[in-house]
Amino acid sequence: MLSNLVEMPLFGVGLTLVVYALAQLLYQRTRSVWFNPVLVSIVAIIGILKTGGISYEKYSLGGDLILFLLGPSVVALAVPLYQRRSEILKRKKPILVGVFAGAVSSIISASGLAWVLGGSRDVVYSLAPKSVTTPIAISIVEKIGGVAPLTAALVVLTGCLGAVCGPEFCRLIGIRSSVATGLAVGTAAHGIGTARMLEVDRLAGAVSGLAIGLNGLVTTFILPLMFLFFD
Amino acid sequence: MVRGLAFLLLFQALGELISHGLGLPIPGNVLGMGLLLAALGCRLVKVDWIEEAADLLLANLALFFVPAGVGVMVYFELIAREWLPIAVATIVSTFVVMLVTGKVADFLEPQEEDQRAE
Repeated sequence: MLSNLVEMPLFGVGLTLVVYALAQLLYQRTRSVWFNPVLVSIVAIIGILKTGGISYEKYSLGGDLILFLLGPSVVALAVPLYQRRSEILKRKKPILVGVFAGAVSSIISASGLAWVLGGSRDVVYSLAPKSVTTPIAISIVEKIGGVAPLTAALVVLTGCLGAVCGPEFCRLIGIRSSVATGLAVGTAAHGIGTARMLEVDRLAGAVSGLAIGLNGLVTTFILPLMFLFFD
Repeated sequence: MVRGLAFLLLFQALGELISHGLGLPIPGNVLGMGLLLAALGCRLVKVDWIEEAADLLLANLALFFVPAGVGVMVYFELIAREWLPIAVATIVSTFVVMLVTGKVADFLEPQEEDQRAE
């Protein structure tokens, strides 16, 4: 009977919602950034699936339904951007220069470090677009010739790290404005970072959402050029 | 609420059509965000029509990433094989990007305007 349930989309949807609701409760009780609900949910669900011997394919029957909502949500990021347009338009220069600098430093530091530490060509290439939102990162890595699934996994890990530590790290290094903080977290940690910034402050969330698109655009164009010289 | 969701999906569909039609590397949902922003700017779409649906989705944005994250389990072996360069590069680079982007943006921000606004 239980095995029938696992074959239904209900399983993946139900498991995700229950675990996420509990993770949110844990986060609200502890207020510790390490109990980031996304990170805790991912770890807990992987643990449950592994323990129960349930394949990812079965989980994704329902998981894909939740993942579907990511599409319209990205489109919805236009709303906070529109509502905060006057504050954002006033800061065209810091936003554009900041994202460009971040995109270049991301490619150089991620691929460079992996290369120095003896990573294989696959790892060096797959790491390059790790700060870009998943669908753009995949299309870039397919173009330059990395391992798309590895990139997808690294993008999610990067996003979790940025969401967990981003706002605190920015405060620690003395970044004052919410625009700069939102931009930093959005450029480094795409949508997962943006989700955290939306909880912290609406303007920061809007700018963070903008940074996802801008970083995706910049990286799409400069990464293939940079790797032209690397090869 | 339903109308708002319909508009969001419509703009995502437009984005997908353009992305696939022109063979662009930018995904449909990101193009859809740009198109919706333009439509809001030109007053083709009123923000009241979509605000409720957008707020509901964005309030739960983090949840929608969970299934993507669970997908990492499929690639455990791939990551475990070269875990050291992967871990170091991912962690250090994420902080480098936040440092560079944040500091550059912070440095270039119009300070006077900030104070006037407060």
